[in-house]
Amino acid sequence: MSEVVAGYYPYVMVGLLLLIGFHGMAVKRNYMKKIIGLTIFQTAIYLLFIQGAAKSGATIPVRATEFGTAAADYINPLPQVIVLTAIVVGVAITGVALALMLQIHRRYGSLDEEAILKQVGEEA
Amino acid sequence: MSQIPVLVPAVLLLTALVSLLVGLKGQRAGHAVALAGAVAAFLLSAIGLREVVSTGEALHYAMGGWMPPLGIAFVMDHLAAYMTTLITFLGVVVLIYAPRSFGHEIAGREGFAWPTMVLLVAGLSGMCLTGDIFNLYVFLEISALSAYALLAVGDRAAPVAVFRYLLAGAVAGGFYLIGVAFLYFTAGTLNMADLYARLPELVENQAVVTASVFIVLGLALKMALFPFHFWLPDVYTNAPSAVAGLVAPVMTKVAAYAIIRIFLDVFPPGFFTEVVPVASTIGWMSAAGILYGSILAVAQQDLRRMLAYSSVSQVAYVGIGIGMANPVGLIGGLLHIMNHALMKGCLFLVGGAIRYRTGRTRIADFAGLGRTMPWTMAAFTVGALAMIGIPPTAGFFSKWYLLLGALEAGNGWWFAVIVASSLLTAVYFFRVLERIYREEPPEAADDGPERRATDPPASMLGPILVLAAGVLVAGVMNVVIVRAVLEHVVAPLGS
Repeated sequence: MSEVVAGYYPYVMVGLLLLIGFHGMAVKRNYMKKIIGLTIFQTAIYLLFIQGAAKSGATIPVRATEFGTAAADYINPLPQVIVLTAIVVGVAITGVALALMLQIHRRYGSLDEEAILKQVGEEA
Repeated sequence: MSQIPVLVPAVLLLTALVSLLVGLKGQRAGHAVALAGAVAAFLLSAIGLREVVSTGEALHYAMGGWMPPLGIAFVMDHLAAYMTTLITFLGVVVLIYAPRSFGHEIAGREGFAWPTMVLLVAGLSGMCLTGDIFNLYVFLEISALSAYALLAVGDRAAPVAVFRYLLAGAVAGGFYLIGVAFLYFTAGTLNMADLYARLPELVENQAVVTASVFIVLGLALKMALFPFHFWLPDVYTNAPSAVAGLVAPVMTKVAAYAIIRIFLDVFPPGFFTEVVPVASTIGWMSAAGILYGSILAVAQQDLRRMLAYSSVSQVAYVGIGIGMANPVGLIGGLLHIMNHALMKGCLFLVGGAIRYRTGRTRIADFAGLGRTMPWTMAAFTVGALAMIGIPPTAGFFSKWYLLLGALEAGNGWWFAVIVASSLLTAVYFFRVLERIYREEPPEAADDGPERRATDPPASMLGPILVLAAGVLVAGVMNVVIVRAVLEHVVAPLGS
């Protein structure tokens, strides 16, 4: 059992963060907290990529003969690039979410989902 | 020729930027640029489609001269050419329609709508043309973000609906990305063709199975497959008419396209039917969605909401075609992508035209419109008949292929669901048609907007009639489309 946890603990951590983020998005009533949940959810995915690319005894992917010539001596840069791209996408999503949140607050004067949905229902 | 796959999204991305900058001077100029870019992208797609069909070979482009799997590949094969031509066509039609409609519904805020609409089309066509699963994620988020922005500029409650859509969309994108991570760390590549070559040895690998489940789950959420449709009705109901007319026809279909692409060209043949029962799961979810959407559509009082629930039902037709996992059924699903895009686009634009002339969206207020807006209502009738599936409209033929597919799959329940849903569709559309044609305008409203309503101006009526004509043409030409394009797409499934 402890071996499984030791071997898979990054996945366990990622899974835990995903669940915390999802819980924030689905269960929390406050829109700001939903956005925080969204950010935690996205961060968990970045960590999944980073832990997959982790490599001990290797260096940054700039070829220099004193560090070695084999591929094993260097870190694979692709997952890092993917995470950078994913972070950019994540920032854009958070930005749009915050803009929507502001707009909702201006129109309904609240960030509480239940109160807002009640108002929406009354107006319809 | 070989640059076409990358030129379509590149032209659109550039157009979005130029349209934004030019639009600062005046939104009319921004619109002109956006329309010109969309037309250029449509012509490029059409040329590409013609090339692919006549040579039978896919067009390949390696980004930056880096050969795949090192670089990102752009591939225009039969399926991608079919999808991009459809998407850019709808982009052009809706951009012609939009100025008047936006001027009525969201006056003063159109300036930013033009670049965003082009960006949406760019994202969707990029998703179809890329040959790289991570690049697909990036285009997916480009299209999603521009859709959030456009949809939120609607009625008062639109931001609330879109906020929920954004959360659902972010989770969907996240699930897809998790799947990509598992695939990359197992197979060591992101290129679709490369994955297709490497995955057969790895089908027993738990990580690959996990990846397939996450990817399909994410895309099913994007596709609004039952029970993941919860975000859709409110979003479509509150959106500006022209935006709904672009998002409803193509957006969920492109997610369906992505599932088909992953199914046919990434995972090895038989993986989704024998190793993981993904295909049949999608099929049953779709069967439930078809009935659920149709039943709820019958109960709606607002035309936009009725069309939204009908979309939940209709996109599931594509899903059930995937679920059948046989060539005939998948041809039906693929054909329905185009048919439903044309007819739902037509219906949403008609809804926008009614709103433009009368300010009404409730079906109860439509009495007598058949007399006052004859051409618009003729187009609506064509769209409605196609939704029900009456020959020779396009809707009949996709349903015909789907019924044949259900028979071939030996699944009587799915056959029954498709027939039952057609009857329900007839119920909810004849309810509207009766209002429009059989009833007199209310007495009290003698000088009300219903009496004064006429067909909308040419820039709105034109696109509506083009889509209505498209529904008929696609119906008559269905054999040509299936022979020239779709049979090549489903070839990996065998005959």
